Amino acid sequence: MTQPSPITIALTGNPNSGKTTIFNNITGTRQKVGNWPGVTVAKKEGHVHKFGYDLKIVDLPGTYSLTPFSIEEIIARNYILDERPDVVIDIIDSSNLERSLYLATQLRELDCKVLFALNMEDVARTRGIKIDTSKLMALLDVPVVFTVGNKNEGIDILLKKAIEMATSDFEPPKRRRVKYSKDIEAAIATLQQSFQDKLSPSFPYNIRWTAIKLIEDDKIIKERICQKMPDHCQTILTETQLLRKNLSDRYDDDPEIIMTGERYGFISGIIKEVLTTSAEQRIDLSRNIDLILTNRFLGFPIFIFFIWAMFQLTFSLGAYPMDWIESGVSWIGALVASFLPDSLLKDLIVNGIIAGVGSVIIFLPNILILFFCIAIFEDTGYMARAAFLMDKIMHLIGLHGKSFIPMLMGFGCNVPAIMAARTLESEKDRILTILITPFMSCSARLPVYIVLAGAFFAGNAGTVIFSIYLIGIILSIITGRLFRSTLLKGADAPFVMELPPYRAPMLKSLLIHMWDRSKMFLKKMGGIILIGSVVVWILSAFPRNISYSVDYTAQIQALNTSYRNKINTAAATEKNQLLQEQDAALAKLLKAKKAEQAERSFMGRIGKFFEPIFAPLGINWRGSVALLTGFVAKEIVVSTMGILYAAGEEPDALQNALSASGMTPLAAFAMMVFVLLYVPCLATVEAIRREAGSVKWMIISIVYSTLLAWIVAFVVYQGGRLIGLN
Amino acid sequence: MREGQTGKVLQVGGNSMLRRRIFEMGIVKGTDLYIEKYAPLKDPMELIVKGYHISLRVEEAAQISVEKV
Repeated sequence: MTQPSPITIALTGNPNSGKTTIFNNITGTRQKVGNWPGVTVAKKEGHVHKFGYDLKIVDLPGTYSLTPFSIEEIIARNYILDERPDVVIDIIDSSNLERSLYLATQLRELDCKVLFALNMEDVARTRGIKIDTSKLMALLDVPVVFTVGNKNEGIDILLKKAIEMATSDFEPPKRRRVKYSKDIEAAIATLQQSFQDKLSPSFPYNIRWTAIKLIEDDKIIKERICQKMPDHCQTILTETQLLRKNLSDRYDDDPEIIMTGERYGFISGIIKEVLTTSAEQRIDLSRNIDLILTNRFLGFPIFIFFIWAMFQLTFSLGAYPMDWIESGVSWIGALVASFLPDSLLKDLIVNGIIAGVGSVIIFLPNILILFFCIAIFEDTGYMARAAFLMDKIMHLIGLHGKSFIPMLMGFGCNVPAIMAARTLESEKDRILTILITPFMSCSARLPVYIVLAGAFFAGNAGTVIFSIYLIGIILSIITGRLFRSTLLKGADAPFVMELPPYRAPMLKSLLIHMWDRSKMFLKKMGGIILIGSVVVWILSAFPRNISYSVDYTAQIQALNTSYRNKINTAAATEKNQLLQEQDAALAKLLKAKKAEQAERSFMGRIGKFFEPIFAPLGINWRGSVALLTGFVAKEIVVSTMGILYAAGEEPDALQNALSASGMTPLAAFAMMVFVLLYVPCLATVEAIRREAGSVKWMIISIVYSTLLAWIVAFVVYQGGRLIGLN
Repeated sequence: MREGQTGKVLQVGGNSMLRRRIFEMGIVKGTDLYIEKYAPLKDPMELIVKGYHISLRVEEAAQISVEKV
């Protein structure tokens, strides 16, 4: 028989307890990945049909406790409190029973139907740990099921038990919860008593639990109480304050600290009863690996090697499929072009949509490989070691050790780099990392430097380009410190981080990780990029009926006629040469026409409009148009300059045209600095919006980076002129 | 404390958020802490508590007072 509404099962547990593995095993590929409302913590849900029931499995974020400090904890707790899942399964790492039971005791206090899964019992056993389950069940008064997540053992029993609990009138037992010391229990009782009278029957939470949370000074619960019973809010809070003060005086410490200690006291009592650790010295493979990987001398070289290897894989191996996609895109473009008659629509489809979306989809192989590598780092447990190694350096900028990987990846491409910032748990760290990552000069900006440095700093091009990269790094450090002390103020999140044992990654889970993240890139980026490409195409293709300064059509005709006459009268030997001359002259005319069209398009007008802003930086209107088009993708700066300077196809043509244009080396340097710093490309901006979770941060990033770019370029150009460089 | 030493926690100081975090990770009064190692740049450090490995910044760890065992 099938129930009409599905049974909701929430999975909780410590990070690294094997929760995700169990979730993947239950749901397979039938999972939906989204974000929890308002935050970028991934929300995973899966629907399965098993044993005659529709099950909705929700994977809550991994947490060590339900104290609402971090986003993950708030999400997990609010879900259990407000969504009221039918059953909560707490997945417990058997080899870490003591710490895992902390979350378990908090769940027991919450008054929900909870079921414990003792996971990775096999690992525990090899470590000489034996757990007496029947005793544990009796002591906690909660059903316990053994599972081995990565071998898919015990999962069916677990689900059956969960269904049984959900469908029966099973009442969460009131016994066997943490008993606090006399004074605290007295305070809890007093509060409970004063609740009972005032409480409306609709108050959704367990009363004892609410009283405990009030004594722990839980801000969220205080707010909730004021929402649910505004009349009594003040009385209850004052009473709580008084009780808290009495307790603080008595223990000479905050009650919540005392209570945490007492929970651990309760747990250690249980541990003594159920856990036997055999004396035999266990072989700790993980610890031996760490002797090498976080070794004082070898740690960094190995880390650098891993990062290098990841880069190599991403950008070298990724280059092949990138080529295929590129030729695929141009093939489709050509195919569509050959089918459609010459028209505005054709231009829009071929040059606007296909070219624009093609320029983004080309990053897909990079992103797939990169996320595969990151998934390996995460699933094996190496990511925590990387953070361990780098934290000292990153802490100087006000960041967390884990920020290093996104920032480093920024040198390849900012889009996956910003997406990689997801691995940071603290929202502030994540946003700060996202904001400074665009200053890592991505590979798309390199062509611009190559052209400009090649044209103006021929001998020292390498040094000049390197200095640009360096400026980016220095400014990211300054920005980091600036934002840390202003917009993202507040104490650094404590670097209290578990270094989980190394584990062999499972291919299935790696692929799921990789695909989850890449799918997001394809779906969301696709939409915005499509719109952006169309807008830029419209701006550069319109208006159509330009009154050119020269009548190109007439000139072309005149040219053709004069050559036709010449060729007709010329000797046979000269004919070929004349034909070539004709082609060259034609190309020159068409180029001039294209340059003028670009100048008079909306984009060109906008560029001219902005010229006064760019003039103090030594950038002329051509440069400003190029910079504007660079918003779509930084490589486009080069191709736009190519069109505007009417450069030919031959190599170095643009460089020669630039040198001849009267641009000074100083202005070129200022322009390079501007390209480094100003608003990142459309795809990156969209990534910032998505990953930072709000338009606000996107706008801050755009304004800040562009302002900074202008100021630094201004200082470079005007300062350089002052000291006589030009 | 140096690498390879063990201490028994007497008290944890610092702001209440940090203290609670540390407590919740199982570093409570009476717990044994084993100093596994310091990171190559001397910060953070790796401890073994209740059979698992945890990393703390040195300034955070400095808030934990221990007696040598």
